[in-house]
Amino acid sequence: MTVEAKLGQVANYVDERTGAAAFVRKSLKKVFPDHWSFLLGEVALYSFVILLLSGTFLTFWFDPSMREVVYEGSYQPLEGVKMSAAYASALHISFEVRGGLLMRQIHHWAALIFMAAIVAHLLRVFFTGAFRKPREGNWIIGVGLLTLGIVEGFLGYSLPDDLLSGTGIRIAEAIIQAIPVVGSYLSYFAFGGVFPGELFIPRIYIVHVLLLPGAFLALITVHLMLVWYQKHTQYPGPGRTEKNVVGYPLMPMYMAKAGGFFFIVFGVTAFLGAVASINPIWLYGPYTPAQVSAGSQPDWYMGWLDGLVRMAPPIETYFFGYTVSWNILIPGLIIPGILFTGMALYPFIESWITGDKREHHLLDRPRNAPNRTALGAMSLTFMLVTLINGGNDLIATHFDLSINQIMWGTRIGVFVLPPLAFIITKRLCLSLQRADRELVLHGRETGRLLRMPSGEFVEVHEPISPEKAFILTSHEQLPALDLPTVDARGVKRAGALKNKLRARLSKANAVAIPKVSSEDLKEIESH
Amino acid sequence: MSSQLEPIKDPGLPAHVHRKTDTDPKAADRAERQVAAMFGISALGTVLLIVSYVFIPDDVFVFIPIMGNQNAHQLGLGLGMAISLFFIGLGAIHWAKTLMPDQEVVMQRHEFRSSEQDRKDFVDTVKQGTADSGLGRRSLIKKSLGAALGLSALSPILLLRDLGPLPGPEQKMTNWRSGTYLVTDPGDRRIKASDLEVGSVAQVLPEFADPKDRHLDDIAKDALLLIRLRPAEFNLEPDRLAMTHEGIIAFSKICSHMGCAVALYEQTTKHLLCPCHQSTFDVTRAAKVIFGPAARPLPQLDITVDGEGYLIARKPFSEPVGPSFWGREK
Repeated sequence: MTVEAKLGQVANYVDERTGAAAFVRKSLKKVFPDHWSFLLGEVALYSFVILLLSGTFLTFWFDPSMREVVYEGSYQPLEGVKMSAAYASALHISFEVRGGLLMRQIHHWAALIFMAAIVAHLLRVFFTGAFRKPREGNWIIGVGLLTLGIVEGFLGYSLPDDLLSGTGIRIAEAIIQAIPVVGSYLSYFAFGGVFPGELFIPRIYIVHVLLLPGAFLALITVHLMLVWYQKHTQYPGPGRTEKNVVGYPLMPMYMAKAGGFFFIVFGVTAFLGAVASINPIWLYGPYTPAQVSAGSQPDWYMGWLDGLVRMAPPIETYFFGYTVSWNILIPGLIIPGILFTGMALYPFIESWITGDKREHHLLDRPRNAPNRTALGAMSLTFMLVTLINGGNDLIATHFDLSINQIMWGTRIGVFVLPPLAFIITKRLCLSLQRADRELVLHGRETGRLLRMPSGEFVEVHEPISPEKAFILTSHEQLPALDLPTVDARGVKRAGALKNKLRARLSKANAVAIPKVSSEDLKEIESH
Repeated sequence: MSSQLEPIKDPGLPAHVHRKTDTDPKAADRAERQVAAMFGISALGTVLLIVSYVFIPDDVFVFIPIMGNQNAHQLGLGLGMAISLFFIGLGAIHWAKTLMPDQEVVMQRHEFRSSEQDRKDFVDTVKQGTADSGLGRRSLIKKSLGAALGLSALSPILLLRDLGPLPGPEQKMTNWRSGTYLVTDPGDRRIKASDLEVGSVAQVLPEFADPKDRHLDDIAKDALLLIRLRPAEFNLEPDRLAMTHEGIIAFSKICSHMGCAVALYEQTTKHLLCPCHQSTFDVTRAAKVIFGPAARPLPQLDITVDGEGYLIARKPFSEPVGPSFWGREK
């Protein structure tokens, strides 16, 4: 019997017991648009699967306990040293369990790739406007996954209870303590008393291996179901409209590509785990509050937070004798809170500014949404400056600078550079729009020079293809909202200030280089 | 406005271009062999994994340029696994790209909002259901239900109360008392002023009757730095100068910013630096903050010597050590 016939029998078997034929058939023919940038979210998904697999392996040997033990394993330099059972078991996994170190390194690399893929995927979705109606809900789920990812990653590298991770927990405790009124209570509840106590590692262990992975699974499921149900967005192009989706069917093309891509991501992660040492906990030693290793760095996705804390001004105020640590509250809670809330609400803010409540399935080219692109560049610049400050000690030693110079550079840069990035990016976008217009109107420069009878030299331009001309002109250019401050009878409308702000933003948002129309082209041809 | 002008026409989906494997059976057979070869390499990877697991002992190191000395066992396992996985993926994608039909398919989208009639019926059903329940008319039910639901949410919060004790006086206290001996860490030996040379720094702890009773909780509050300068190098208020002993000054090692160990001492500038967030403290001016995010100096411990010349604490810390918290000054 052929493979086709056998699989056909399986399909028959399944349908006779579930009646799923119509649904599954439709699903197998579902179309997925193809673009490299759509793979970023897939990388995140696959790293999550790798994290589940490698993490489960680690739990078979890891002992999440702060009970004090004396090390008697095979790593000579720590022989006879007192440490927590958690740290001792992490050493055991690294040195005695065959493949244990490999799995630890795969787990850590996968976590870094997971976060990097989430961020890259988020940037793709942001810059192409994929978050617009009807996908606002999925954007919020995505922001939730990013936030959970940061927490999960932090808890994960805190578990081995080495000197570096213990220092991270100490800092987390200081942030909890800094919360006004309830800080000390929350800290005592989290640690079961004074820092560090003996309860914290077992507690974050269960959060790391059960609670948060459960939340991840639930959110990822909804995230993917929405992608499935709402169908994927697509880039603009000939034959692609708001009403269709062009791509390859799930079976076999997309299945083979996506399935193959999972193995490639896993293979690359395994390669990194094999050759690139990461988090060598045996070098740090066990945690003790009286020591710290120079050049203490969190994982990269926490670096911006650490950088913000480092650059904060030393302000502490007293309120009826109670202490308010602004030097911790502002960088540790207030700014991250504003950033993440703003990010989650952005789809609604943008549609409020544009007044656009329609569905969008065609993606924007970033240049055609200059304000959004500039805002993205501004946020990225802010993050980058803070991230640089998070590594100021390493930068200082590598480039022979003083920490003070870098700190002052980033303290000023964090205010100056983001607005500058906004202005430059917006101008770049408009220049690119101008270049697009030029290209459609006058064609491509061929580099061939002609000498006219008059002696003048001209360069020959070649018209671009109709497909290309369509891609460069298919975007919408919406006019600014017309928001009069007074109504028909000359009476000032309610919420005038809000209206004024909205009109202002809408006007700034509608700035664009007029795209080429058919009339423009006809006019040029008639010359 | 240009959007009202006629836009450039959509030329429609470009014609499908056939690949070499679509038209040339030889090319297709070649592609099949390539895919099979990749799956074959993957199988070899698994063989490498098995061989490394069984035959390479875990204490053999090999030198590899750039990477330095590598554990051969770990490297063999990892590379075997990487090869076996990577080439399955590569083979599958090559298979899809060369041999599976690559004609793009068009599927129609439908607007998510339902027909006007359905939407109206839906809204009416919700309204009718709400009206039938009487939630609008019987406000007593609505209010009492809201209150009950709100109150029931308290139980999980209440049940979490035993996660830890309430903050007590221990939050502000250390094990330093009047007359507590300073002892070395590690070693637990008492220290004489003469043990510390000018310019040197030492980390010490309070003496415990049995050092086994000392836990991390204690070290997290008690860790103390001793620094010895020439007395003339101090630039201190008289009361602070009185807390030093023959040029030895003692500070809490727990950073007043976020509680890291203030572990870096720069002998030439006499600055203490916290490696976590770079708060910098000037030792000669009672650990005044001269740079970074810390808002308070490191607490100073009043020290002196006993009859035999061993260093002891004259008084406990006059303020809580470590990071700030809401009730710190109370």
